[in-house]
Amino acid sequence: MPVACTFVTTAPPLIVARGLEKRFGASVAVDGIDVHVEAGEAFGFLGPNGAGKTSTMRMIGCVSPRSGGELSVLGFDPATDGPQIRARLGVVPQEDTLDLELTVRENVLIYGRYFDLPRAAIRTRADELLEFVQLTDRSNDRVDNLSGGMKRRLTIARALVNRPDLVLLDEPTTGLDPQARHLVWDRLYRLKRQGATLVLTTHYMDEAEQLCDRLVIMDAGRIVAEGSPRQLIEKHATREVVELRFRSESVQHAALPRLHAIGARIEELADRVLLYTNTGEADVERLQADGLETETLLIRRASLEDVFLTLTGRTLEE
Amino acid sequence: MTTPLAMRVAAHQARIYTRFWRSSVFAYVLSPVLFLAAIGIGLGDMINKNNATVGGFEYLVFVAPGLMAAAAMQGAAADSLWPIMAGTKWIRVFHAMVATPIRPRDVYDGTVLSTTARAGAGATVFLLVATAFGAVPSAWGVLAIPGAALCAGAFAAPLTAFAATQETDLSFPVIMRLGILPLFLVSGTFFPISQLPDWIQPLAWLSPLWHGVVLCRDATTGTLEPGNALVHVAALVACIAAGRALGVRAFTKRLAQ
Ligand SMILES: Nc1ncnc2c1ncn2[C@@H]1O[C@H](COP(=O)(O)OP(=O)(O)O)[C@@H](O)[C@H]1O
Ligand SMILES: [Mg+2]
Repeated sequence: MPVACTFVTTAPPLIVARGLEKRFGASVAVDGIDVHVEAGEAFGFLGPNGAGKTSTMRMIGCVSPRSGGELSVLGFDPATDGPQIRARLGVVPQEDTLDLELTVRENVLIYGRYFDLPRAAIRTRADELLEFVQLTDRSNDRVDNLSGGMKRRLTIARALVNRPDLVLLDEPTTGLDPQARHLVWDRLYRLKRQGATLVLTTHYMDEAEQLCDRLVIMDAGRIVAEGSPRQLIEKHATREVVELRFRSESVQHAALPRLHAIGARIEELADRVLLYTNTGEADVERLQADGLETETLLIRRASLEDVFLTLTGRTLEE
Repeated sequence: MTTPLAMRVAAHQARIYTRFWRSSVFAYVLSPVLFLAAIGIGLGDMINKNNATVGGFEYLVFVAPGLMAAAAMQGAAADSLWPIMAGTKWIRVFHAMVATPIRPRDVYDGTVLSTTARAGAGATVFLLVATAFGAVPSAWGVLAIPGAALCAGAFAAPLTAFAATQETDLSFPVIMRLGILPLFLVSGTFFPISQLPDWIQPLAWLSPLWHGVVLCRDATTGTLEPGNALVHVAALVACIAAGRALGVRAFTKRLAQ
């Protein structure tokens, strides 16, 4: 037996989409995307509002029929096997759908019943899950009284009640304050380490960088790039970015010729100029020697935000 | 054995209901009992003093089954409007359901089923009270319970479908006032429809409430005839079937677009 052999994966991919489309009347929300997600991956859709992330997630979640292309989830076709697929999914939708009138624990119990799990098993599972999302001490509180971050964590707990093979999270931390976001990230990170397959959407590049092994960048219904965060940055951005802010727009405008003289690629935004370079410090020295006056100036590592900007000419938050 | 999908929804509604049962006690029991006391006994006494009967019965006996069916209609109508808007738009619990094996049609079925069951339970309590008032002369009266439930279903099925098509609840009070309330008055609840002007009578036959009222009345007075009953049951079942066809479409459109 050779020790080193090509590992033949018999496990089929959990999600395969080819030319997947979603149209609402005449408007196209998802415009022919190809996606492939393997078991154990944390896969992300990064894109601005309106990119088609939710529409894609709803098709994968078997609640929204596809308008075109092919889609297979857990090896089945959502068009014909929706209930069987959904029985093995855990879904955290973009907008909360918790039952505000019930308690935290009741929300998990009832959700478990939708999967027809035995009551005793759900009770044990609910306690485990509330412990996992650090809501044990709020078990008997009405959901109404929870903070946004707690609601999000409860939604995650609820989504795990059926021990899903695939967890779908649509913008898991949108609208949360930084501290609440970190709590959610921490839980998702743990899930990932336990081997869960996560598919998430986000318009936060730091979220994508933190959580995703691999991601696609979506814009206007299409995938514009794919890879690991590191690969994407290496491929589409320079090592460093010099960020310059000026006192006024006219000062910024006046500075442009000198910036162009550096020879690096330049992105002009409303409130700042970005200089894509591999020699940040040398460039800054040159500019300062040149007498360039800036309000602030910083050299940072390139991020997915820069990748998005390079590919689309726009920022994610727009 | 697996629990049918719609039953899982109904079980959820039943659980929520443990918090809202008070409002149903009002709709299905207190309100018709107040009517029964005021109209059945008060007005009934006046009619009795004149040695008159209504539809061949003492007025209390005549009006009790009418109130029972009408309460089933009114309670079911209210339960089929605002709570549906809560499920689709306000709190969005229906969206949570369809992310699980449950399908939009199961959400619809389970919701209508639980509304109907609630009306049936309310009708049972009312029937007991009415019996204590001496308004239920026949033991066949027990069949008024499924009669009232069927009547509730005939309203719940189409109204639940309608509510799912709405973006706001603006139309709901209009339905209650201009749809449900007039039916309450002209469907043989308080007086036989033969008292209505000739040209309105055929309209009363179109009212699901009238079919419900007649079923309940024939049951509580022990005058149920299988042939007649079948026609009324068929009319109510037709409303439910039509409502369901619309409801499955409306829920699918709303929850699985
Ligand atoms: N139910 C719908 N009806 C009509 N248009 C829709 C609907 N849902 C989404 N869209 C449109 O599809 C596009 C993609 O939306 P969405 O998938 O929600 O993007 P994202 O989640 O990336 O913000 C948007 O232009 C949006 O307006
Ligand atoms: Mg979205």
